Amino acid sequence: MDGCTPKLEAKHYKSDLTPIWCPGCGHFGIQAAVNRAFAELQLDPAKVVVVSGIGCSSRIPAYTTCYGFHGLHGRALPLAIGLKLARPDLTVLVAGGDGDGFSIGGNHFLHACRRNVDLTYVVMDNEVYGMTKGQPSPTTAPDWDSDLQPGGTGISAFRPLGVALQSGANFIARGFSGDLGGLTKLIVQGIKHPGFSFIHALSPCVTFRPEEKEWKTQTHASGEALTSDFQEASRRIAADDGLTTGPLYAADRKAYAPPVAPMRDTKTDLSHILAEFRI
Amino acid sequence: MTQFTSEAGTVSVAITGSGGAGAITAGTLLLEAAGKAGWYGLMTRTVGPQIRGGEAAALVRLARSPVAGHGDVFNILIALDWRNVERFVAEIPLGPNSLALADDDAGDVPGKIAASGALNLTAPFAKLADDIRGARPNIIALGTVAALVGLPIEAMVETVAATLIEKGVSLADCTQAIRAGFDIGVQLMASQGAAASFRVPEAAGAGALPDRWVITGNQAAGYGALKGGIRFAALYPITPATDLLEWVAPRFAAIGGVLCQAEDEIAAVQMAIGASYGGVPSLTTTSGPGLALKLESIGLAVAAEVPLVIFNVMRGGPSTGIPTKSEQTDLNIALYGLHGDAPHVVVAPLSVDDCVITTQWAVHLAEELQTAVFVLSDQLMAQAKAVISAPKEVDFGTKRLVPVEPKAGVYKRYALTGSGVSPMAIPGMPGGQYTADGLEHNERGTPSSQANDHHSQLDKRNDKLNNFDYGDIWADIEGDADAEIGIITWGSTSAPVREALARASASGIKTRLVAMRLLAPARPAQLAAALKGVKKLLVVEQSHSGQFIGYLRAQYDLPVTPESLRHPGPLAIRPSEVCEVLSRWS
Ligand SMILES: Cc1ncc(C[n+]2csc(CCOP(=O)(O)OP(=O)(O)O)c2C)c(N)n1
Ligand code: SF4
Ligand SMILES: [Mg+2]
Repeated sequence: MDGCTPKLEAKHYKSDLTPIWCPGCGHFGIQAAVNRAFAELQLDPAKVVVVSGIGCSSRIPAYTTCYGFHGLHGRALPLAIGLKLARPDLTVLVAGGDGDGFSIGGNHFLHACRRNVDLTYVVMDNEVYGMTKGQPSPTTAPDWDSDLQPGGTGISAFRPLGVALQSGANFIARGFSGDLGGLTKLIVQGIKHPGFSFIHALSPCVTFRPEEKEWKTQTHASGEALTSDFQEASRRIAADDGLTTGPLYAADRKAYAPPVAPMRDTKTDLSHILAEFRI
Repeated sequence: MTQFTSEAGTVSVAITGSGGAGAITAGTLLLEAAGKAGWYGLMTRTVGPQIRGGEAAALVRLARSPVAGHGDVFNILIALDWRNVERFVAEIPLGPNSLALADDDAGDVPGKIAASGALNLTAPFAKLADDIRGARPNIIALGTVAALVGLPIEAMVETVAATLIEKGVSLADCTQAIRAGFDIGVQLMASQGAAASFRVPEAAGAGALPDRWVITGNQAAGYGALKGGIRFAALYPITPATDLLEWVAPRFAAIGGVLCQAEDEIAAVQMAIGASYGGVPSLTTTSGPGLALKLESIGLAVAAEVPLVIFNVMRGGPSTGIPTKSEQTDLNIALYGLHGDAPHVVVAPLSVDDCVITTQWAVHLAEELQTAVFVLSDQLMAQAKAVISAPKEVDFGTKRLVPVEPKAGVYKRYALTGSGVSPMAIPGMPGGQYTADGLEHNERGTPSSQANDHHSQLDKRNDKLNNFDYGDIWADIEGDADAEIGIITWGSTSAPVREALARASASGIKTRLVAMRLLAPARPAQLAAALKGVKKLLVVEQSHSGQFIGYLRAQYDLPVTPESLRHPGPLAIRPSEVCEVLSRWS
């Protein structure tokens, strides 16, 4: 930004809407970290789009002063990919829940990692379906008791970091909503890193998983530096207890970009195409 | 009772053969040679279940004036061999005046062919091919067909040579091969007389030829999409829609467009919505099963008011159905498949050449009305190759309404306006920031579950479609203004219906045709005006359950209770089926 433009602060990215979230919900912390990251990068809100699906977490776009798209449950990633391919000039941040991203949107997650379009994807993981009032999600432990699945699901939990690594994500990190400074840093790194950046953000659901308030003391920084070595990243993921935070892996795959950018001026002369048909 | 039988002015040729026999190649070359000779034509294909190779038939109809559909019978059937021909013999009706000409070594004539009453003869296609370097039986047969239908031998040689010379065959050998086949034809005509002569008469008063194209329906649709301004497309491959974007892909590279092969149909439609939200006119292509997967997302485009074109090529359904063959049975899902009250647009091209303007119009409607527009093409026209007169150039003046210098805190994305269309900010526009939402929302876009917001937004989304002037393009209305017989049809079924009505007219029967291009929103007043004075009404469609007539009876004020003429695919409606009803009525 040039000298005449006042510096943007985190509050300039916060809209006038009051979030629907329960007091104490982890999603507030993530919202704050996203706003801080935007401020740190001095992004023009008119050139940022926050894309989400459906869930408590997915309400985040309208709470920013950026452009936003609050779409369908599980479908934020392909929408964001279409947008970014069509408009490579924009910064596109995708956010949503663990149910949204790993269950109904699971296939899109695999292919977004693989496709490596320049996006940042923040999954606000509370290991539960918050919005639909407390059903287990793919990241919920097998023995978590709920109304729908008394005694637990008996299904082992999904391990997002390993899936992201195997599927080709270009940047992988885990943060915690209670660690504002740490999470902000990870989001900044993710946005700056080319290609698909995946940030697994632990975010307690105080209403349906009150025990997650303990994450404050249970999460622990990895203390290790970001690695670009696939084997080393795999080793760390294998040893991970699910509560290790910090940057994990950054690869140098080139971000996917189409061979040509789409023309928004569509008044192109097509006579050469017509000539192909002419007898 | 009046009888209509004439198929004057056209000749229909079917070429069949097992995998590798080159039936489809021969059909394509026949169509192209006809184009070169200044004729018109249409070629469709019918294939067995094999992925590659396997039995196939090319169904070609030629004339000196434009041809949009097949007739009642095939005049000539060329059988390079008879293997598995029973799999599609029902799609190649023959009559007592037809000639079935098989290779000398093809073996016994299949029962159904023999039972048709056609004149069955054989010819030494394979034997002659053996003696000419680079020649194949299908090429010899093309020479024979040229003679029988009166196609100049030079046009056939030129067309065949253009293909074979690339494969190392000399011009002299090409010429010899075509000549050898041509001579068989000449001898047949000499020995059989009228039974082997199918010469197409010259068009009366033929002047200079207009600009003509050789094009498939899917190519025509692709071209129409580009003309409309589509610069982003996403798909998950599915027959018979994929070849549309296979044609577009290299053209996008040349003119600045992005194509994305998605991981599934839901991702494809979501990508198109994302790109369109970003300001780039966008389209997704699919067929029945894929359309079913896209529905939730199409509802999002309606609710969030994002322009979107869904190009669906209908095939036999339900479920995986008959992927390679045509049927008009995705009408219900396109009209009624969205959950909630979700007004949207459904249009359908009427023929191969009409795919250009109808697709271009679909893009226009999507951009202009900021909504989802379905285009219902069908396998028959989508994969038909035709020689057509160049469609007329139309500029709809397509423009998406965007705000001028929107102000933060004042700009309302979903503002209630007179037309129902509100200015749509595009990311990058300062002050226009909003969140597009599939949750019901207020004018600003903020989610709202209040009755007044829901009602006013429902009204807005409905009004913008209802208040719009769709113009004359909504239907082709033809025939006699004082006719008491009316016929309503849509899609590729329009061609056989038109042909039937032309035959009726030649016998002095007055009819009025309404071939509908705009299927939703329903325009009851316009249809009522088009059918004024009609006392008998026929609805023609290719569907088992009568989806089209059901829709018309539910949503339109028809002057009389209509009669239904329908059957499912893969058999196309034949002109004679329509004629039978008309002769019963007159
Ligand atoms: C197609 C579809 N299926 C189901 C739902 C219901 N639904 C809404 S949010 C949600 C789960 C949300 O969980 P998560 O993504 O983890 O977000 P959270 O609320 O926990 O932040 C479900 C199942 C829906 N909106 N759409
Ligand atoms: S239900 Fe859970 S996730 Fe949803 S807002 Fe409340 S605390 Fe947050
Ligand atoms: Mg959750």
